[in-house]
Amino acid sequence: MAKNIIIVGGGLAGLSAAIKVVEKGYSVDLFSVVPVKRSHSVCAQGGINAAKNLKGEGDSPAIHFDDTIYGGDFLANQGPVKRMCEAAPAIIDLLDRMGVQFNRTAEGLLDFRRFGGTLYHRTAFAGATTGQQLLYALDEQVRRFEAEGKVRKFEHWEFLSAVLDDAGVCRGICAMDLQSMEVRTFAAEAVIIATGGNGAIFGRSTNSIACTGSAQSALYQQGAIYANGEFIQVHPTAIPGEDKLRLMSESARGEGGRVWVPRDGKPWYFLEEWYPKYGNLVPRDVATRAIHKVVFEMGLGVEGQQAVYLDLTHIDAHELDVKLGGILEIYEKFVGDDPRKVPMRVFPAMHYTMGGLWVDDEHQATNIPGLFAAGECEYQYHGANRLGANSLVSCIFGGFVAGPSAVEYAKTAAKAEVPEQVFTAEKARQEAINQQFYSNEGSENPFVIWKELGNTMTANCTVTRYNNRLQETDAKLQELGERYRRVNLSDKTRWANQAFFFTRQLGNMLVLARVICLGALARNESRGAHYKPDFPERDDANFLKTTMAKHTASGPKLEYAAVDTSYIKPRPRKY
Amino acid sequence: MAEKTVQIRIKRQASPQEGPRWEEFEIPYRPGMNVIVALRDIAERPVTVEGKSTSIVSYDANCLEEICGACAMIINGRPRQACTALIDKLEQPITLEPLSKFPIVRDLQVNRQRLFEDLKKVKAWIPIDGTYDLGPGPRESPEVQQEAYPLSNCISCGNCLEVCPQYNDHTTFVGAAVISQVRLFNLHPTGRMNEGERLEALAAPGGIQDCSYAQNCVKICPKGIPLTESIAAMGRAVIKHTVKKALGK
Ligand SMILES: Cc1cc2nc3c(=O)[nH]c(=O)nc-3n(C[C@H](O)[C@H](O)[C@H](O)COP(=O)(O)OP(=O)(O)OC[C@H]3O[C@@H](n4cnc5c(N)ncnc54)[C@H](O)[C@@H]3O)c2cc1C
Ligand code: SF4
Ligand code: FES
Repeated sequence: MAKNIIIVGGGLAGLSAAIKVVEKGYSVDLFSVVPVKRSHSVCAQGGINAAKNLKGEGDSPAIHFDDTIYGGDFLANQGPVKRMCEAAPAIIDLLDRMGVQFNRTAEGLLDFRRFGGTLYHRTAFAGATTGQQLLYALDEQVRRFEAEGKVRKFEHWEFLSAVLDDAGVCRGICAMDLQSMEVRTFAAEAVIIATGGNGAIFGRSTNSIACTGSAQSALYQQGAIYANGEFIQVHPTAIPGEDKLRLMSESARGEGGRVWVPRDGKPWYFLEEWYPKYGNLVPRDVATRAIHKVVFEMGLGVEGQQAVYLDLTHIDAHELDVKLGGILEIYEKFVGDDPRKVPMRVFPAMHYTMGGLWVDDEHQATNIPGLFAAGECEYQYHGANRLGANSLVSCIFGGFVAGPSAVEYAKTAAKAEVPEQVFTAEKARQEAINQQFYSNEGSENPFVIWKELGNTMTANCTVTRYNNRLQETDAKLQELGERYRRVNLSDKTRWANQAFFFTRQLGNMLVLARVICLGALARNESRGAHYKPDFPERDDANFLKTTMAKHTASGPKLEYAAVDTSYIKPRPRKY
Repeated sequence: MAEKTVQIRIKRQASPQEGPRWEEFEIPYRPGMNVIVALRDIAERPVTVEGKSTSIVSYDANCLEEICGACAMIINGRPRQACTALIDKLEQPITLEPLSKFPIVRDLQVNRQRLFEDLKKVKAWIPIDGTYDLGPGPRESPEVQQEAYPLSNCISCGNCLEVCPQYNDHTTFVGAAVISQVRLFNLHPTGRMNEGERLEALAAPGGIQDCSYAQNCVKICPKGIPLTESIAAMGRAVIKHTVKKALGK
């Protein structure tokens, strides 16, 4: 039998998994909608966390672990988070060996900076383009394996569904070529999903275009459990834009940037005043709510607009170039002002999903046998709120666990011969869905439905949540779902038809949006990024639980699972 | 007063088999628009200035902040990234064309696979022993880091190849981006151990001797990568390496 593993997604998580699989002697078929080097991970700016303690501060993986659990408001299962924090220093060393151009100290050692939710210098960085640099390092290793024939890339292919046999075991995937539009099935001994975030559900976010959550949603509809979907991180500082909300990394504050608004003719540093211990580096949920309060409740937005200042002008310009060059350039290119000279105008933006495909504690295994998940598409490491610079490390760590787990599964799982019919049936099912879009005669434009989806999700399912509005949102989502059935493809050609691909993704976004919305509706408490003014306290008695959403014909069915808190006892979260 | 609008002319091609055609659009102006926003407007209402319904325009894009390299196209005659092309700074009518040096897929979408293949030719990676824990990497001075880091910013957009007179479908020239990557890997303490292999790849046909020093690449690179410096440095390194080898050293 062919010893191959399919990996869907070539961001940090997918590439890390690929490297480990090849090292274990298996070959990889790697699928991605964009050439893997163009994956969303390149957007990560600020850095990657690891308690290397190179600044003599007494930092340790144990403190990193505590900061992460506390920052996540105790919703994460603690075992995997502990292992991730312990593995982080060696991951940085490995990336360093792979040639990542991390910033250096005078002695030639790795430099570290501060990030939100910690008091330590724990974040390694390569200018302000850390994600790009890390992704390239992994991409280069995978290209090396590709040249050796151990990895086959299927770039510009979109995952449509898993191929499940009669026993519900994953036997491969069904995917579509984004040029020829051919639908094909591929067999594998195990499948790893590493398809990233779902920002597109919110219309505009800090995410890349390919972050649709479409693959996760398709799997959820095939029976995969989706966990903690309601936990959506809104980043406090981004530049508003019509196509994208461009991030101004937390590293700006890590390097000394200050947030303020004018009050009585003077700068008012409200974060520093309200949170004297952490100041501008409170976790993102806290900073975002503070900005919303200042702008919406106190009416103090800059020039009456939805904006606050993020100010770097007091920092030496050369130092800024060395440490933050990448993001300063973004601001200059899109806004036209020089942030070395004038304070930047920023506002919160949807940024990250803590929720995702449910995976087990040890193996990154989903509830579908043979199907694994790693990276932002799974739920495991960040609880109710992710700390800055913890995602990159969780993606790589998750990939490093998923790869060997998938190989182990492939070696040990019972190998029944899979009847060809399992593959042909899935292919036929997907082709029928495609055909339906081509024969639809409705009048709805998918891009218009998407805009409405984004507007309603951003208004009601982000920073502040009210039950009546969540109910209205769910009704709206169902209405959009109805209208979606009447979508008319403006373009009925069968070659590289982007309207078609988008329409397919949109259907999956609409389904996943309900999981986010109804998860939020059911959780009557405030925890991490999930904030309900009508239920302002954390309620451990009722909600120290993982939300587990299962797909049914009438919508998501929510169940709850206990959270493992065996290492750190939950305590109130007060920054 | 009539509302301000944006006029755009787009060179379209339904598939590699079909011929190109031009279509014109007029869309409402808003402050802060870039070419991507304009293309999205067209997607929401795919109708030409003549009032004819048409298909949405195909193009590649992902990050929307000039870091993924996907959205390269020719805008008003100049190859660049569409996401950083602000409408306010472009003369109208704005013309959009696909890059011409790569096989067309559809409309503004082209196939840049060759760029990634060429990275294999020069072994653009650090050959690590394995991912097991071997402790920290080699030390590196901040000065070397500051020399190498800009080189590692290449987003594989292909703009430097588009403007290169030597890069086309009847030569095998790897182009400035790939030559500059050799410099990057040869600067790294571990990468340097295999510098010979990379230099030999650059000495082979399609390598550095195909460069005609037109110097267009460095002017067009959106990431400001010092490409001519890299080409000069690698030119010298290749000669040195070849001489050394000839002398059997
Ligand atoms: C602007 C920004 C800055 C950030 N900065 C930081 C930071 O400084 N530090 C930090 O720790 N985190 C940061 N993050 C978060 C972090 O970047 C992401 O969480 C992380 O990169 C996700 O990696 P991934 O491998 O899970 O997915 P991605 O990098 O998103 O990769 C997903 C892959 O899946 C593929 N794919 C998706 N759907 C399909 C499909 N249907 N079929 C086939 N392929 C598919 C894509 O092509 C891609 O290859 C930042 C995020 C943003 C938005
Ligand atoms: S060197 Fe510059 S222009 Fe050439 S591919 Fe790289 S980023 Fe693009
Ligand atoms: S979309 Fe990534 S460079 Fe423009």
